[in-house]
Amino acid sequence: MEHKASVLENLADVRAMIKRHKRNDTLFATLGLICLMLGLMTLMLLFWQLIADGHPKFNLDFLTEFPSRRAGRAGLLSAWVGSLLVMSVTFLTAVPIGVAAGLYLEEYAPKNWFTDLIEINVSNLAGVPSIIYGLLALGLFVYMLDFGQSILTAGLTLGLLILPIVIVSTREAIRAIPVSIREAAYGVGATKWQVVYDHVFKYSYGGILTGIIIGMARALGETAPIITIGALTFIAFLPPSPITTEPPFLNFEWLSSGFTVMPIQMFNWLSRPDHAFHVNAAATGALIIVVTLLMNGAAIWLRYKIRKNIKW
Amino acid sequence: MATVTTAIKAEARDLNFFYSNGARALKGISMPLYENKITALIGPSGCGKSTFLRCFNRMHDLYPGNKYQGEIVMHPDNTNVLDSGVDPIEVRMRISMVFQKPNPFPKSIYENVAYGLRVRGENNKRIMDDKVEEALKGAALWNEVKDRLHDLAFNLSGGQQQRLCIARALATDPEIMLFDEPTSALDPIATANIEELMVELRSKLTILVVTHNMQQAARVSDYTAYMYLGELIEYDDTDKIFTNPGRKETEDYITGKFG
Repeated sequence: MEHKASVLENLADVRAMIKRHKRNDTLFATLGLICLMLGLMTLMLLFWQLIADGHPKFNLDFLTEFPSRRAGRAGLLSAWVGSLLVMSVTFLTAVPIGVAAGLYLEEYAPKNWFTDLIEINVSNLAGVPSIIYGLLALGLFVYMLDFGQSILTAGLTLGLLILPIVIVSTREAIRAIPVSIREAAYGVGATKWQVVYDHVFKYSYGGILTGIIIGMARALGETAPIITIGALTFIAFLPPSPITTEPPFLNFEWLSSGFTVMPIQMFNWLSRPDHAFHVNAAATGALIIVVTLLMNGAAIWLRYKIRKNIKW
Repeated sequence: MATVTTAIKAEARDLNFFYSNGARALKGISMPLYENKITALIGPSGCGKSTFLRCFNRMHDLYPGNKYQGEIVMHPDNTNVLDSGVDPIEVRMRISMVFQKPNPFPKSIYENVAYGLRVRGENNKRIMDDKVEEALKGAALWNEVKDRLHDLAFNLSGGQQQRLCIARALATDPEIMLFDEPTSALDPIATANIEELMVELRSKLTILVVTHNMQQAARVSDYTAYMYLGELIEYDDTDKIFTNPGRKETEDYITGKFG
């Protein structure tokens, strides 16, 4: 009888203890949720504000008109075309160089102090403030190599900026491939290049692509380095078209053309005293956010799509 | 030793192996592999049996700093596969390997089997189809997959995946096939299938198998080698090893007193 009573008492103690411990669970879950909401709500609020301020300009004219002294008529044409051209230069330089560098570092480079040093520096470069890249580009591309304040310079600058992102994500994607798969390929007599091309690259390109897209989204919104190399803030012309109607159908004059990009156009409008221009700035901001979110969404979707068939 | 004289397919001669950290994993191992026979390597974890197996196809070359000493000579051409002048790729084309965990490529069943041929530059669709079918039949998998050759290999069960890996290793007509604990990740039925398959394959090639499972060694192998701490303790007919071992250490291990 006495024994039974002590068991019951003990059980009550255990239950009280579990209850106490579970309170901490609830406490932390609530705290975490609040922190998450704080971040998310701030972003949503900002986005909402941009939409509220900019919505009068949400029409096609805004995309097809050049900037103008009259806020009502001013459009984004030269800015989004400039962004597109700069981004294509960025893509064409950062992607092949970054992916090749990542593949080399992961698959071919010997593991020694020198490659360790390179590895640390590549990771650190991802954290260097973007204006430093602007200064480097001003010295290197604008003055030394004499590329001028051109689309080429801007594209190369942003390319340098996102190179570490591409390299790091390439290496991470490659590292996710299990050793057993490599050994299987080597085991049937594949050479290193066959292993890299037939397996490593094919199983990791989902992750690599994600890194590229996230890098590009970052480049799209960069303002500081582009200002540093001296982008124009008001241009009412388009660079020469890269595609022509006459052979050879390609034209590279656009590379050396002056340009502006969306964040700079936004910055320019925002700094005007006339409030009517602020509507344009808000609309541009909303557009940049939408494009960035779309790019990130595409990255997530692609990763899911490509990784679906790969289980390890 | 066996009373019937059998041809020797390969032979380890005073083989030592050092990992990049300097650890000596194999100590002066000398033993023959008999042609069209199954040789099993048994011993407690860390005794070097997998290390020894992986010397045969120069798998250790993939990781810098590893060092071989001694010879593994293949017959009839007397090539020392460990010779630095012999390309490991050539060795792997003659000696194929099946791994501990099924490791199919995330490709179709067909492409998995065909990969060894593709690596050799084979592009002829008809030859490829024939070889893939032959290899899948050889691995006792053909009837289960012939209607879905272009399905992803990951959709197969674990035992089927391992037989697919055997087909992949078989497609290139190797002279020796290495099995590194091929059934340790499989259920008993799948294990029985693989064991049966190994016995069938014996007529085509020479097999070296590492196993943790002594019953498996007793069931499938013709010869058994007992290794301990990087040394070859005893090597003899499987029957003899399991019924009347020559060394006390072997007996202790076989009877479960140790290991």
